[in-house]
Amino acid sequence: MTGLNAIELEDVVKEYLSHGEVVQAVKGVTLDIAEGEFFSLLGPSGCGKTTTMRMIAGFEEPTKGLVKLHGQDVTNVPPNKRDVNMVFQSYALFPHMSVWDNVAFGLKQKKTPQDEIKRRVGEMLEIVDLTGREKRRPREMSGGQQQRVALARALVNRPRALLLDEPLGALDLKLRQAMQIELKRIQREVGITFVYVTHDQSEALTMSDRIAVMNDGLVEQLASPREIYERPATGFVAGFIGTSNLLTGTAVGGVLKVGDSRVLVPGHDGDVTVTVRPEKIAIGTEEPAPEMSVVRGTVTEVVYLGTYNSYAVRLSDSTDGTVITVFQQNAHDATATAERGDSVWLSWQARHSYVIGS
Amino acid sequence: MKRLTPYLLVLPSWIWLAIFLVVPMAAMASVSLQTGNAIDGFAMTFSFSNYGDALSRYSTQLLRSLLYGGLATVAMMLIGYPVAYWIAFRGGRRKSMYLFLLLLPFFVSFVLRTISWNFLLADNGILFGTLKGWGLLPEGFHVLATTFAVVGGLTYNFLPFMILPIYVALERVDPRVVEAAQDLYATRGAAFRRVVLPLSLPGVFAGVLMTFVPATADPINAAILGGTSNTMIGNIIQTEYLTNLNYPTASALSFTLMAVLLVGIFVYARVLGTENVLEAAAR
Repeated sequence: MTGLNAIELEDVVKEYLSHGEVVQAVKGVTLDIAEGEFFSLLGPSGCGKTTTMRMIAGFEEPTKGLVKLHGQDVTNVPPNKRDVNMVFQSYALFPHMSVWDNVAFGLKQKKTPQDEIKRRVGEMLEIVDLTGREKRRPREMSGGQQQRVALARALVNRPRALLLDEPLGALDLKLRQAMQIELKRIQREVGITFVYVTHDQSEALTMSDRIAVMNDGLVEQLASPREIYERPATGFVAGFIGTSNLLTGTAVGGVLKVGDSRVLVPGHDGDVTVTVRPEKIAIGTEEPAPEMSVVRGTVTEVVYLGTYNSYAVRLSDSTDGTVITVFQQNAHDATATAERGDSVWLSWQARHSYVIGS
Repeated sequence: MKRLTPYLLVLPSWIWLAIFLVVPMAAMASVSLQTGNAIDGFAMTFSFSNYGDALSRYSTQLLRSLLYGGLATVAMMLIGYPVAYWIAFRGGRRKSMYLFLLLLPFFVSFVLRTISWNFLLADNGILFGTLKGWGLLPEGFHVLATTFAVVGGLTYNFLPFMILPIYVALERVDPRVVEAAQDLYATRGAAFRRVVLPLSLPGVFAGVLMTFVPATADPINAAILGGTSNTMIGNIIQTEYLTNLNYPTASALSFTLMAVLLVGIFVYARVLGTENVLEAAAR
């Protein structure tokens, strides 16, 4: 027993009526989010992640299931009576109020004493590095600054959990990367549970303690970033997170064998789907050592990507023309090992093959 | 040439304004200072006393007009805001239909619509006549030719001009901003007072301008629904122009009305804070 979870969802279902038809946006999600955790809901658009978050915030009422905050059932409690705050996708700052009034809004609604409001808003603006800009209007600020106002406006209330709905979506790449680090720092500083909704897998991998990968209204996998990347539970997760190669076939005695190719899957027999990450694969023109998983193929594309080369290799022993992607670090020089049309060997260690669903 | 281009581009609108606004106004200003009569003609005598005379004779009607216009504007705000709010936030997919319904009365002439109210409100008409027949209203009950009838008519006739700008302003309020307020512990009422209402004020401002001015100057409602004791300044100007052919007095009254309205608008903008209003509108 590690104390109460900050947020618990119990078999939550959300149905909408759309053109007379019932559509299930969320089809039964069960989650426990621990106190102080940086938790991400990751998935493509329409997977139900935003609806799930809106049910935690109280903007949507679940059709079925329970939402609990710190062990208390809040399923039917309106958003203004829930001790969670939200950072909206487009920030949703109050355009007619100054930065100060935006940030002070929640505290004023809670009838916090004036001097405390003054102190806490001041402190919070310092944390998000906006001291001296109190009198500005949101529209007079850059995207990154508006983002920080939105963050301050929510955090100043010291909520039990902070919900962030794709908060970095509107920022350019450089600023987004800076804000990722910034968000992580702020989270450590304030020690509040963060629930982060995003469709950007690198964002989720960078910041999260745990990630729930959602697809089609269901959680496909709930695990740490490392676990999700290295050991995807489903084909969807393997495909959605990073680039991954999928090989299917029938294993006999722990070996998936087609022609000269052999993929080692110790302990597996029968029909399997194996995933292997592009950066784990070595590409060469000579036959590799026998203890490795080995496939043969022809290079169909070589792309120079700065820090690495990306190869597309069509397997010669596969009937369906499976193409394997290989990343090769440009550690020494930028010359490619193989050219388009070359016949190559691909190899990787047995532990880098991961049988999906095992 | 390059430097002149912007000015050349705005030239058509300046010409438009000159022909249709400045020239007639100047002509009227000149008439308002002339003396004479319709038969012998009018001559420019710079008689500023035209203004004083007109004002002293018709101050009652002028004040009454401002009062009626003001009352109607307040009534329009009270009715129009909820209607606009409902269409903007609850209209759903039928929004455009509701807006069309709002404009539908404009397919009938302004005068006809007012006359139809005359029928409806007639002492022994379909409405009151029937009710009186059933004994639900006393025999002496009448609405026509009262302040209520005129203010009601003005309210009815100009209501869409109040609703539309408020609707436009409310339509532009991002629903997520309202959600943000609720997320920050505001009740529905507080979210409305602190967020929706301030953001829709530019619309209310525009609505008041678009209704108060024409309602105050309107001669039709008072003529058709007001009887003899509710004459407004618009009626006086009309009579002076068309019946008495007293052009200087009519012109002087027109200018006085315009000046009073402009001052009124200026004070109103000051009180409401144009800066805030414009700022919110410019977002």
